Parts: sequence; C-alpha cells; structure tokens
Amino acid sequence: MSTYLAVAAGGALGSLARYGASLAGAALLGPSFPWGTLAVNVVGSWLIAFFALLSEPGGRFAATANARHFVMAGFCGGFTTFSVFSLETVRMLQAGSTGLAAAHIGLSAALWIGAACVGHAMAERLNRRR
Amino acid sequence: MIEAALVMAGGALGACARFWLITAVTRRAGEGFPWGTLAVNVSGAFAIGLFSTLLLSPAHLPEGALLPWLLLVVGGLGSYTTVSSFSLNTLALIHMGAYARALANVTASVGLCLMAVLAGQHVAGLLR
Repeated sequence: MSTYLAVAAGGALGSLARYGASLAGAALLGPSFPWGTLAVNVVGSWLIAFFALLSEPGGRFAATANARHFVMAGFCGGFTTFSVFSLETVRMLQAGSTGLAAAHIGLSAALWIGAACVGHAMAERLNRRR
Repeated sequence: MIEAALVMAGGALGACARFWLITAVTRRAGEGFPWGTLAVNVSGAFAIGLFSTLLLSPAHLPEGALLPWLLLVVGGLGSYTTVSSFSLNTLALIHMGAYARALANVTASVGLCLMAVLAGQHVAGLLR
C-alpha cells in the first residue's frame, strides 16, 4: 500500500513537471519540433540511472525501497513518456516529414540511452569516492 | 489550477497502473527481457492513438475536450508510459553484454509503439 502511495505521489509530481516543461518548450522554441518531450525524456533517463546506482544498497546514498519507488517508478516514470513521443513521431510521418521523423527517432533513442549511460557513470564515480 | 490538478491526478493513476503491470509481467516472464515496460509502452501508445483521435488534436480542441485531454492523455497516458525505465533496462542489457537483446528492445519498442498509435487511430476512426 505504501509502495503505491510513493509511486502515485512521484507520478503526480513528475507529470506536473513534464506538463510545465512541454508548455515551456512550446513557448520558447515553437511547436515545429517536440523539444519539451525530448528534454524530459533525456533528463528523466539521466536521473533514473544516476539515482538507481547511487541509492542502491551499498551505494553512497542508500535509500529505502519506498524512496526509490518514489523517485524511479514515480517521478522519473511520470516525468518521461513514451506515448507522447510515439504520437509526435506518427504525426511527423502523417505530415509527410519522413526524414524529420527518422531524425526524431534516432536522436531521441541515442540521447535517452546516452543520458542513462552518463548518469550511471557519474553515480559510479560518486559511489567510489568515500 | 484545475489543469495542474487534472494532470497530477492522471499522473498518479497512470504511474500506479504502470507499476502494477510491470510487476505482474516481470513476475511471469522473468527479468531476462523487459517485457513489462514494453507491454506498458505499447498499450499506452495504442491508447494515445485512440484518445488523441477521439478528443481531436490539442492544437484545435473544442473547449470541452481540454480537461479530459489533460486528465487522460497528458496526465494518465503520459505517466503510464515511460522512457526512463526503457533507458535503464536497455543500459542494463548493454552492461550484461546482451547487445542483441538491447537492440531488440530499442527496435521493438519504437516499432511496436508507432504501429500501436496507428492502430489506435484506426480503431478511433471506426468508433466515430
């Protein structure tokens, strides 16, 4: 029960932060490319990998199971979104922008996994420093 | 204010539904491949194709559809589906040296989710 409360609270906050980021992205950079969604997905991928390693048992900032659920399944999960990414890509394809859609997919996947890689490496360095 | 509350309510429910499904699928299918995250993302992509067609696009929504859009799509489906778990799972496969499974996860996730959006749009067209 407390697990689901932690996930729900993190999910609510992560979703609100994503909503704010997508409004800000559209206002600052225009609606021609979904920068807001790309940004939340990259930041969320970095954060989950960073926090997962840093907070695991034996990590530098070992956290309780519920704290991990709050941040990882809750906040990071609510903050990032695969469905909006998919919808935006399909809309590019349906608008005839095949090249843009392909670039969107390639750039997104590379940056998401790259960000997770960076987060993991940063936590690894922090865990070693004692 | 009501906009933020709807996004948060949808986000809380979507996150719990995701957590429940990933836990249930992982219990049955094991941890060798992230089937749970894939199931969440593909089902959520189908639903966003369906709802975005039924509620129209956010750019030219009728006044009444903005609130269900924020609750169901921005909050609910946005939170239900996840890139962070996808990235963490893919990185774990890479660290295990399971490069083929990592590549399969990326291509299956992107390919199936795009097809699921199209399928959702198609079903919505039949419903209207």
